[in-house]
Amino acid sequence: MANEQQLQDAAGEANFATVIAKDSRIEPKDWMPGDYRHALVRQMSQHAHSEIIGMQPEVNWITRAPSLKRKAILMAKVQDEAGHGLYLYSATETLGTTRDTMTEQLLAGKARYSSIFNYPAVSWADMGAIGWMVDGAAITNQVPLCRASYGPYARAMVRICKEESFHQRQGFEILLELSHGTPAQKAMAQDAVNRWYAPSLMMFGPPDSDSPNSGKSMAWNIKRFSNDELRSRFVGMLAEQVKVLELDLPDPEVRFNEDAGKWEHGPLDWEEFKEVLAGRGPCNTQRMERRRAAHDDGAWVREAAAAYAAKQSAAHETAARKAA
Amino acid sequence: MIPTGSPHSQVPGSSPHSQARDGSRAAVGPRDGSRAGVGPSTGSESDTAHHRNPTPYSQGESSASATRITPGNALRPEDIALAAAAGTAKPSEGVAEYALRLGDDALILAQRLGHWISRGPELEEDVALGNIALDQLGHARSFLSYAGAAWGKTEDDLAYYRSESEFRSAHLFEQPNGDFAATIARQFIAASYQYPLYRELSGSSDPMLAAIAAKAVKEVDYHLDHSTQWVLRLGGGTEESRRRMIAGLENMWPYVGELFEDDPLAAHVGDAVVVPTSLKDEFDRATGAVLAQAELEVPAHPMATGGGRRGRHSEHLGYLLAEMQVLAREFPGASW
Repeated sequence: MANEQQLQDAAGEANFATVIAKDSRIEPKDWMPGDYRHALVRQMSQHAHSEIIGMQPEVNWITRAPSLKRKAILMAKVQDEAGHGLYLYSATETLGTTRDTMTEQLLAGKARYSSIFNYPAVSWADMGAIGWMVDGAAITNQVPLCRASYGPYARAMVRICKEESFHQRQGFEILLELSHGTPAQKAMAQDAVNRWYAPSLMMFGPPDSDSPNSGKSMAWNIKRFSNDELRSRFVGMLAEQVKVLELDLPDPEVRFNEDAGKWEHGPLDWEEFKEVLAGRGPCNTQRMERRRAAHDDGAWVREAAAAYAAKQSAAHETAARKAA
Repeated sequence: MIPTGSPHSQVPGSSPHSQARDGSRAAVGPRDGSRAGVGPSTGSESDTAHHRNPTPYSQGESSASATRITPGNALRPEDIALAAAAGTAKPSEGVAEYALRLGDDALILAQRLGHWISRGPELEEDVALGNIALDQLGHARSFLSYAGAAWGKTEDDLAYYRSESEFRSAHLFEQPNGDFAATIARQFIAASYQYPLYRELSGSSDPMLAAIAAKAVKEVDYHLDHSTQWVLRLGGGTEESRRRMIAGLENMWPYVGELFEDDPLAAHVGDAVVVPTSLKDEFDRATGAVLAQAELEVPAHPMATGGGRRGRHSEHLGYLLAEMQVLAREFPGASW
């Protein structure tokens, strides 16, 4: 018996190795190493949680959006994020971890979400900067994930990237409108770019020299480029687009290094990154409290829906028995 | 979290593709029996009305976007604003005043519902309530753009630069969200009112009102289904949900009366608008049927004195407007 299991595992392992070598896709029913499954659940649930927590800084401005068109676009964007969260939770469930479990982990503070959302959105221009820089960084990270080796994740990312690129464009458009508006509007835009610049660069994670999880992810074709490679690519995009905005990046060291053939930037404050990651950012407590409150306040609704569904199916069964 | 056969599989409007980006929506799903007499299947009169009043927008030149409007299809607020700017959409004073009422109802409701996003009892409800808010906001933008054409004002002029007494929303829409049951009660009343209203208005002699309503009625059909399902679930779920549903209905029901009050406007404008009292019987029948199925009673509270159509509002509207208008007013004349 054990022997048969071992044989199956060996066959599965061989298949897994072949799939990875051929840069093909692993599907939910395929054999996969425990570490691979674990790494995916960690990354995908973190991604889903980020979508959900990431709604909060933007929701903060829905009721105050300065035009009805902007209000509609912002509402649609935040709603997309809820959709992305749902989509990613579902994709993660294919790995055997339920949404309940993932939610519990988030609410218990055991699961992470992107640190960027622990910064406050204090002005309307932040809606532009979040779209242009935060969503821009997310896309830079996520486009290569459309080729990730785990099928459900890769397919989820294809759809999510399409919507994210729309989000980035609308963020850019908000900043463009502000930077070509009144002096006060332009100052608001510059202030937002100043505040979101470094946190958005840090979204790619610690420098390659200090990134413990990267090696395996690259070997498994989950991750395709290193944190620093993606960060450099992102800085290059910002450096070009900020000219169109007629704004400045708060980093005089941004330049294209001809010899190395890549974009470079000034030093980042990784101590701050670690502080925010450790729960000591400006909004960590606020974000979690808000999520818990929504979950707790909604408990009676979920219970009612479950109770109603149970009563309905019991009634259907009774009716079916009578008919039979 | 989501039990098998749970309501979430039926939550309408849960597509993340919202109408702000994409005017098209999936076809309306099968309806349960509780809605007999409310659905568009009984709305053959509105089809006839369309034939009676063919709109110039449905047959206009295909080259100009402002005239490429088909009732119920791809009518965007931007199209109406273009038509207003080009002078091809100019409502009479009475029609503009009427459009302002409906626009304000939808705008205030959208503002209220928007607050739920990220606070819903379940992610599916963040999406669904957000979708309903977006639909309402879209209707508001259309009605306000059209109303503004009479006075040389844009949707934003009307939304951001009117004072409280210049708003024409009914008190129902201004009521605070309360708990989820209170919001559902408000939604149930609002959709049960808007559904027949827009269905009838799609036969208006005013082609633009007809076109806006023809698009809106398809969306409000979802809203009605959404709130109906939740009234049934909360009414028949647990003891707590039933208690909260009853409280929500009792708190919102006094504002039903104002929705169906006639005033001189309807008589003055004639067949361009829908006379509010003409909708009351259907509202009573349809809501009564759902409440009966949920084994809930129609609240017997006396109706509150309204006045929203004359600019007399509840205590709540001022706070809502202060929040909604603050940024725009801080930068008067700015473009966003």
